[in-house]
Amino acid sequence: MTAAASATQIVKPRQPGFIVWLGLIPFFLFAVLFLFLPSASLFIGSLTDNAGHFSLVHFYELFAAPDILNAYWLSISISAVTAIGGGIFGFLLAYSVTVGGLPKALRPALITFSGVASNFAGVPLAFAFVATVGRTGLVTALLKSVFGINIYNSGFNLYSFAGLSVTYMYFQFPLMVLIMAPALDGLRREWREAAENLGANSTQYWWKVGLPILLPSILGTMILLFGNAFGAYATAYALTGGALPIITIQIGAEIRGDVLHNVGLGYAMAFGMVIIMAISLIGYSMLQRMTERWIR
Amino acid sequence: MKRAFNLRYSLRRFPFWSWLWFILGALYFILPLYATLDFSLRMKRGVISLQAYSSAFSDPQFFQTFLFSNLMALATIFISLVLIVPTCYWIRLRVPAARRIVEFITLMPFVIPAIILVFGLIAIYGAPINIPFTSINLLAPLTESDLGTNLLLAAGYIVLAMPYMYRAVDTGLQAMNMRALTEAAQSLGANWFTIMIRVIFPNLRSALLSGALLTFAIVVGEVTISSFLNRPAFGPYLWLLGQHRSYEPAALAFFSFLLTWAAMGLIQLVSGGQGQVSGAH
Repeated sequence: MTAAASATQIVKPRQPGFIVWLGLIPFFLFAVLFLFLPSASLFIGSLTDNAGHFSLVHFYELFAAPDILNAYWLSISISAVTAIGGGIFGFLLAYSVTVGGLPKALRPALITFSGVASNFAGVPLAFAFVATVGRTGLVTALLKSVFGINIYNSGFNLYSFAGLSVTYMYFQFPLMVLIMAPALDGLRREWREAAENLGANSTQYWWKVGLPILLPSILGTMILLFGNAFGAYATAYALTGGALPIITIQIGAEIRGDVLHNVGLGYAMAFGMVIIMAISLIGYSMLQRMTERWIR
Repeated sequence: MKRAFNLRYSLRRFPFWSWLWFILGALYFILPLYATLDFSLRMKRGVISLQAYSSAFSDPQFFQTFLFSNLMALATIFISLVLIVPTCYWIRLRVPAARRIVEFITLMPFVIPAIILVFGLIAIYGAPINIPFTSINLLAPLTESDLGTNLLLAAGYIVLAMPYMYRAVDTGLQAMNMRALTEAAQSLGANWFTIMIRVIFPNLRSALLSGALLTFAIVVGEVTISSFLNRPAFGPYLWLLGQHRSYEPAALAFFSFLLTWAAMGLIQLVSGGQGQVSGAH
């Protein structure tokens, strides 16, 4: 004990408090150069008119352009659909391997697979879905030959809203599984036993105990999925080649300089995205705090 | 009452719904991979062959871009480690007050997607940098030289990987008794550099390996930043290949999947299957 006390004295020589902050300079310098300055330049650029004066003109332009508002709306819809769909399906999957009574061996398999799938995005993912449900894809052909259904005649198109949503789901629901599996483990057996002792059946237990406890965590994770899809660019670009004008595709076109020829508007579009992402992250952290009341 | 109990018991013995969800999930996971593999093996009409693979791998461009992306991944991992490990260690040891702000910074990449980040990087470093309020030139546009653009690319990747790397390192430091180890090393006369290299890094190796592999998985196939910075990386190459070929891209897509799989499998291995512990007792 005395040894530890004297050792502590070695570690904490008397130095003024601010000196120790100097050790963090490399990190802060990096953050300023490659995170703050780029974001700040977009922010300032969006608030500067073409003559270099402060103005909100680009935000007026933003709200006056139906194309851009539609692009935001399309991005928000796709992100919401895949967040809710992926959230529900991911939850059911996480449920099935945690408390759903499946053999224990399936759980590590699903968790590993989810880790892979949630990181498998971009160009390869787009190619994989073209090979699966593209016009000549495996599943498309299978449905045609076995069931006589041509999904492309019944309105499905991989290069559309539905197709992009189906593709996004591939990295959306695994993320839900990864986050929900530990949360489901946090449900204590005592709670279920107490409910059963009071005469509750399984449905009542889930509606009155299980889901209310997990709800903040479920909603929070869905928000995370929303942000995950909202910021995605490569998958959509590789799949649709820019034909589906979601907001990231529009910004990409703006950076390449082939549409609006108005850099300030591009900055405003980017800034709008950051605001939506920030709102969703704040929502997420608030819900996360609510979850921690019950599940640590 | 007894019958109801038996029924419930038997329902619990065969979890129909759980199996249904699991099988649906497994199909969703596996079908696209199977379809890609199947397609990639059909380059020669009527026979199953690996021709798409041999054709894809023998393209010198594949080799160059893949090498470039791997080198970028290595550079990203190296700089991330040098930047984040000492920072995280120092915060835990001496500057707990900085913890919240640094954690906040490491979460910022979640709010700033890759496309916005590269937009901002181009906006700043695509123009010459002057000393503020003067026209004295401090730095030529980084995007004008290969080295400068590579630097920007690595910086972008470090930002993308930062949330994961920071969390991996922080969890690793939490798990080891770093204060006692530091004190022990100091009382033996070690300086900070020695402590870092011979005590902290070796004790963190499984956490660092997890972070590094995740970074690798993110960087090797990355498209957004590399294509806007016009770098000859694997992601943009694969995208371009997809524009005018059909079998080779499928082969390379399956190959990328195997790479991601290998990286994730290794993470499971080195972290001792962290995802699986804490099962329902």
